Amino acid sequence: MPKVTMRVNGRQVSGEVEGRTLLVQFLREGLEMTGTHVGCDTSQCGACVVHVNGAAMKSCTTFALDLEGAEVKTIEGMAAADGSLGVIQQAFQDHHGLQCGFCTPGMVMSAAALLAENPKPTEAEVRHYLEGNICRCTGYHNIVKAVMAASGQDVSAIAAE
Amino acid sequence: MPKDGIGASTKRREDIRFLTGNGHYTDDINLRGQTYAVFVRSQVAHGKLNKVDTSTAAGMPGVLRVFTGEDFAAVGGVPCGWQVTDKHGKVMLEPKHPVLAQGKVRYVGDAIAVVVAETEAQARDAAEAVVVDIDELPAVIDMKAAVAGGPLVHDEIGSNLCYDWGFVEENKAATDAAFETAAHVTTLELVNNRLVPNAMEPRVAVGDYERSTGQHTLYTTSQNPHVIRLLMGAFVLGIPEQKLRVVAPDVGGGFGSKIFHYVEEAFVTFAAKVVNRPVKWTAQRSESFITDAHGRDHVTKIQLAMDKDGHFLALRTDTYANMGAYLSTFAPSVPTWLHGTLMAGNYKTPLIYVNVKAVFTNTVPVDAYRGAGRPEATYQLERVIDKAARELGIDPIELRRRNFVQPNEFPYQTPVAVVYDTGNYQATMDKLIEIADLAGFDKRRAESAKHGKLRGLGVNCYIEACGIAPSHLVGQLGARAGLYESATVRVNATGGIVVMTGSHSHGQGHETAFPQVIADMIGIPADSVEIVHGDTANTPMGMGTYGSRSLAVGGSAMVKATNKIIAKAKKIAAHLLEASDADIELKDGKFSVAGTDKSVDWGSVCLAAYVPHNYPLESLEPGLEETAFYDPSNFTYPAGAYACEVEVDPDTGKVKICSFAAADDFGNIVNPMIVDGQVHGGIGQGIGQALLESAVYDENGQLLSGSYMDYAMPRADDVPFYTVDHSCQTPCTHNPLGVKGCGEAGAIGSPPAVVNAVVDALQRAGHTSVTHIDMPLSPSRVWAAMQA
Repeated sequence: MPKVTMRVNGRQVSGEVEGRTLLVQFLREGLEMTGTHVGCDTSQCGACVVHVNGAAMKSCTTFALDLEGAEVKTIEGMAAADGSLGVIQQAFQDHHGLQCGFCTPGMVMSAAALLAENPKPTEAEVRHYLEGNICRCTGYHNIVKAVMAASGQDVSAIAAE
Repeated sequence: MPKDGIGASTKRREDIRFLTGNGHYTDDINLRGQTYAVFVRSQVAHGKLNKVDTSTAAGMPGVLRVFTGEDFAAVGGVPCGWQVTDKHGKVMLEPKHPVLAQGKVRYVGDAIAVVVAETEAQARDAAEAVVVDIDELPAVIDMKAAVAGGPLVHDEIGSNLCYDWGFVEENKAATDAAFETAAHVTTLELVNNRLVPNAMEPRVAVGDYERSTGQHTLYTTSQNPHVIRLLMGAFVLGIPEQKLRVVAPDVGGGFGSKIFHYVEEAFVTFAAKVVNRPVKWTAQRSESFITDAHGRDHVTKIQLAMDKDGHFLALRTDTYANMGAYLSTFAPSVPTWLHGTLMAGNYKTPLIYVNVKAVFTNTVPVDAYRGAGRPEATYQLERVIDKAARELGIDPIELRRRNFVQPNEFPYQTPVAVVYDTGNYQATMDKLIEIADLAGFDKRRAESAKHGKLRGLGVNCYIEACGIAPSHLVGQLGARAGLYESATVRVNATGGIVVMTGSHSHGQGHETAFPQVIADMIGIPADSVEIVHGDTANTPMGMGTYGSRSLAVGGSAMVKATNKIIAKAKKIAAHLLEASDADIELKDGKFSVAGTDKSVDWGSVCLAAYVPHNYPLESLEPGLEETAFYDPSNFTYPAGAYACEVEVDPDTGKVKICSFAAADDFGNIVNPMIVDGQVHGGIGQGIGQALLESAVYDENGQLLSGSYMDYAMPRADDVPFYTVDHSCQTPCTHNPLGVKGCGEAGAIGSPPAVVNAVVDALQRAGHTSVTHIDMPLSPSRVWAAMQA
């Protein structure tokens, strides 16, 4: 089987993969990094979003072999070295932006990509950007609030926690 | 009182692992030597299964074994947990649900064969090579056609009518008589659209078998591992409970769909013993759509009889409820006892008669989905009241107020069996009017009109029965299980506590909220309490989480066990303080002798219990661990009032939700932040049902909306911020915490608000013939209504 080498969360990794092996399979099964989830088979739900060379990407529709030499970042790479939560992660906890936690890794990675390109998004911009991430638990209220809070905006006027 | 006790919006401790990729879901489990199962499923809705040729598949690379229905001929069918008796006193028809199809296939997705192979890809490749010979039969999808001589889904039971239920049968004649003389009757026919639950985590099951001990383990995405152990062990595979462990670790949402015992769970447990290796099955989303039990799917005619002033005199309904092709675990209870008993709503209607015909069709089984029967009751009732208000020319809020059960009338015996213990519907309506700023609606409507949009306002109430359920009552009603809950509270020698609960958290935040209760009771920090759940090996027998029952029933069991702990700890403290235990008071984690300055702290008492050197051993056992089972004496009755404002685009029929407000009475609240989140999520799902979601079958039984490309899940840009309030609190009178449950309210209360709002928008715009539009209110349906 062919071999692929990439950097995941700053660490160089390599492994043998089939041509059909998806990035999410390489992460979950090859590297035993199970933080990235699979919630659908049509590239719609966004539970599998990671960053590839700085851009948000659905790892369920990306072949591992295509990522030779790429820089991949996953949810496991979002906290500080001492384990403390990053700004977006902390905002999700502070504003109860997650319940069952299954969509959460993809939400956080999408939110990080949004804030990298648009540091102060409006409510409408957050909602539009997260259109490719489905959450069944929260009704999105606290997710949108958390992303806006993570961008440094005052969300205290938004109703309830 | 500790700062993180009852009433504090404590941040969730479970979030840390979920936010860092350290959640532990079933698909994250990979056992040594694990094999992979891939199912061969029926691609036709109805057919005679002639032959399943596995010879090619069996010889393919990596294949260990191919299973067919023959392998399961000797084991039981997947059982149904509720037996409904119909209006003639006849028990429901209950066809066998085999693990793998035997002789016939009955819906698209029905399991025919399974390949177990070394890798998932090998299993999938080999599954493609299983040759299935089926003579396709005409499928029956429409419920009315199914009971009007349509093809039989199950030949051996001779009918597609599972039961014909009347409730309350003794009220039927009086109800009909009231309609004869009523000043006004409002009639509405409607569909409660079929939904796919769509928890974001697809179902997964991993079976393991230890030959040397004969011990089975099933890891599964379940809301109630003990229920799965009981049903699968006793009824399907014949494994005694002491030889079967069921583990449901982190579960990525349930909404009812993960209550039920599914054939895949029985398969992996069975197969692991046969191949003597762990067997894992992970659903693909397209597989979830055709195998997870669907929700709702009722077709109803409702009639409301009133006097000339709009006082409700009688209510009667005729409902067809889809069961799908087989009876899922709790399916028969949903359109009956979880639906008919709620038809009084928040109102004093003296006579009610509900008829429900449950029907088999060639579709995926239908069972409880968030709210389960109560959304169906609320939707029809609150829609017919809105229509009645329009017909009578009475303001819809005023019509509701005129018929409310009044605050001084509790406990209130409804004509549909249940007794509401407490409530204040005027108060939640008053609160709603305030938080939704209904006074400002006309101004907002004028503003919308300036932009060419039709604005409408929809208001409704809801009531639900939660905290399921008194076992003696549900036993009489056909439940084949008790519905108590359990907790073991284990105090460690150094004062920390572990609570092992039969409740299961799959997003509800039990790991944070349950410790808040104990912190409050003992006066210790909440972070010295840990919650263990989801494993039959280390939790007492409990019935799990659904029906907004965890805090009301599971929390009550925990309180009961903690009270036993406190009583024993007081005896230990009395010994240490050389006082009578009647004089011992516990406050802020310290035991004191009343009226003195003598005290001993919590930790010292715990240590004495486990290092009993100075201890009343002659009268008291060492240790500090207690178990309690709590069986509720009644349901709880959360209630509230909801308001939705919409804008309809007159050119396209597209509906935009402008605002949504919810005033709920959940009784006492442990963690307001979590409660708000539960309501938000419910509203999101309710808006999804009202505007977007629908499981659509064609006449051949193919599920047309079988992926996220076709089934419109609510996305972030489909919904607004919600305004929620739960300051109206009438505590439950019969459980120790005074709590009612909040998990389903949003999904129950929101669909009628949305539909009422859209009809209101169209009516105000002069479309006076539009009195109803069936959900989902897609642009095409709304546009078509405007053209009528």
